[in-house]
Amino acid sequence: MTFFRAENLAINFGGIRAVDGVSFTLQKGEVFTIIGPNGAGKTTIFNLVSRIYDPTAGRLIFEDRDITATPPHRIAELGIARTFQNIELFEHATLLQNLLLARHVHRRSSFFSELLFLPSVRRMEVEHREAVEKVIDFLDLQQYRDTFVVNLPYGARKIAELARALCTNPKLLLLDEPSSGLNVEETDEMAFWIEDIKNLLGISVLMVEHDMKLVAAVSDRVLVLNYGRPLATGTPLEVQSRPEVIRAYFGG
Amino acid sequence: MRFPFKTSYEQDIRLFRDGTMAVWYAVLAFIVLGLPSLLSRYYIGEITWVFIYGICGVSLMVLVGYTGLVSLGHAAFLGIGAYAHAYLLRHGFPWVASVAIAVLITTACGLIVGLPALRMTGIYLAIATLAFAVIIQEVFTRWESVTGGFAGMAVDKPTIFGVRFNDEASFYYLCAALLALTILLTKNLLRSPTGRAWVAIRDSEIAAQSMGVHLALYKSVAFAYSAALMGLAGALFAHKIAYLAPDIFSILFSIQMLLLVIVGGLGSLQGAVFGAIFVALLPPIIAILRDSIPANMVSIASATGIGLIGTAGRGIGEFLKKPGVEAGIFGLILVLVILVEPSGMYGRWTKIKLFFSTFPMYKRDSFKRQKTYMRSERMR
Repeated sequence: MTFFRAENLAINFGGIRAVDGVSFTLQKGEVFTIIGPNGAGKTTIFNLVSRIYDPTAGRLIFEDRDITATPPHRIAELGIARTFQNIELFEHATLLQNLLLARHVHRRSSFFSELLFLPSVRRMEVEHREAVEKVIDFLDLQQYRDTFVVNLPYGARKIAELARALCTNPKLLLLDEPSSGLNVEETDEMAFWIEDIKNLLGISVLMVEHDMKLVAAVSDRVLVLNYGRPLATGTPLEVQSRPEVIRAYFGG
Repeated sequence: MRFPFKTSYEQDIRLFRDGTMAVWYAVLAFIVLGLPSLLSRYYIGEITWVFIYGICGVSLMVLVGYTGLVSLGHAAFLGIGAYAHAYLLRHGFPWVASVAIAVLITTACGLIVGLPALRMTGIYLAIATLAFAVIIQEVFTRWESVTGGFAGMAVDKPTIFGVRFNDEASFYYLCAALLALTILLTKNLLRSPTGRAWVAIRDSEIAAQSMGVHLALYKSVAFAYSAALMGLAGALFAHKIAYLAPDIFSILFSIQMLLLVIVGGLGSLQGAVFGAIFVALLPPIIAILRDSIPANMVSIASATGIGLIGTAGRGIGEFLKKPGVEAGIFGLILVLVILVEPSGMYGRWTKIKLFFSTFPMYKRDSFKRQKTYMRSERMR
């Protein structure tokens, strides 16, 4: 069984081929990182996987199911959750409400039962809250629970996004630059959390990251991308010593 | 300052945060119930407008304040509700059935308007709904067999299950009860997944979608629900105004409703009620001032012997009588609210509450927004 596979992904924006013939496979319980210079197409691949963009060519397979044509709002239901590079939290809502929204895929109440707030809805709400509280405990967000997201410090927002993705109970977590904007200690903390997500929660992680220390610390395998084309795949150590990778990063 | 001690998750789901809050709302209910025996018929009639506008306010608050979709066409929904209700009553439908069908018709219209709205945001949506309102107003004028056209359509006082609501006080209670019901139902939606999905769409469509929110579905639901409430308000509006004519449901009314939610405070149900108080009571207040300012200033002038005060008073009275002054004052207040207090009357209210609960430790900066970080590169 394939856990996740991208086959010959390609997308054109006008005349620009942003991603061209990218294929990779993700094993269950693996941290797979996509690295590459700026503009290499890393985030584009993320947007392809979360179905915000339609690929020009190629296929996406998740748990033996073709998700190339699945609408974007169904992706979370299948068990793929993501974070955003530039933080897309719901700013004028509390952290708790943000996390509860992530339970949306597990909604089982109808509009009319919610209108009357029947006991079943009340029960569901408590269940959602229990699930959310587990994530709050896991990521140590207790102090921010009732804070509006606009008032959260940047580091906390980064973790809040991670928490929101975890609240959907994903099988595959897409992290778009989890360390961007974080200081050294916060980045170290992020590394521990990614390890915990993999080892304790058993969630596979697909990550885009620039911080090589973080990449080396948590990744099982790395895919190097340049100008939308795959350059090399392997463990972080293997990849770093490849001449074509060094050329892409440092020129020459 | 009080910090509610939380011991169960139920506490965050409840309607009232704690006992104190419940007591305050009980006091408010008591005042609303007691007012008709204290005030004259004229004032009861004016406060009834607050309740009807309150339902309109909640309707628009769901759409603008919670889902982030702007509508300039809500007068049309109000009109559809009002005409449908009046037409059905005239054809012998019982009151409850007539209101129910009128609400269903507006809901259907809301869905029809909502469908193209799925592809539009911001100013384009506002223009589309505006166009819809203009078309509907034209329909009210031309479809004479149903609406009576410019000749208008008289609406009788309501009779529900044989009980006639023919005086101001009984209709006041009917409107108050329906506003309370509207607020309760809307609050229920807002504390369950549907309401959270609306807020998510307002704050970040792309994140909402990635968390599994079906954007098209929830936007349509918001439109339909908002239209349904407007239909209900329309039915009450028809009774209140007693005579329907197409020019009531003009763009000006839609703008007034938008003003209501902005002045009241976007993103809060309390704001809808505050806004309704403002919109419903400002015209009578202007009317009262129009007569009392010149009279008072003239009497001051004759007491002090300074003739200038009397002249100024008469001038103000003349000015307030001019046509368009009322709309001008509305506009001026809207501009001032946006400049001085963007969170509206409800925002000011929370600040006043915090001032007293933290006295003397209140800091103005408690409400200062922190810097908002990188919001660029949003994939719309």
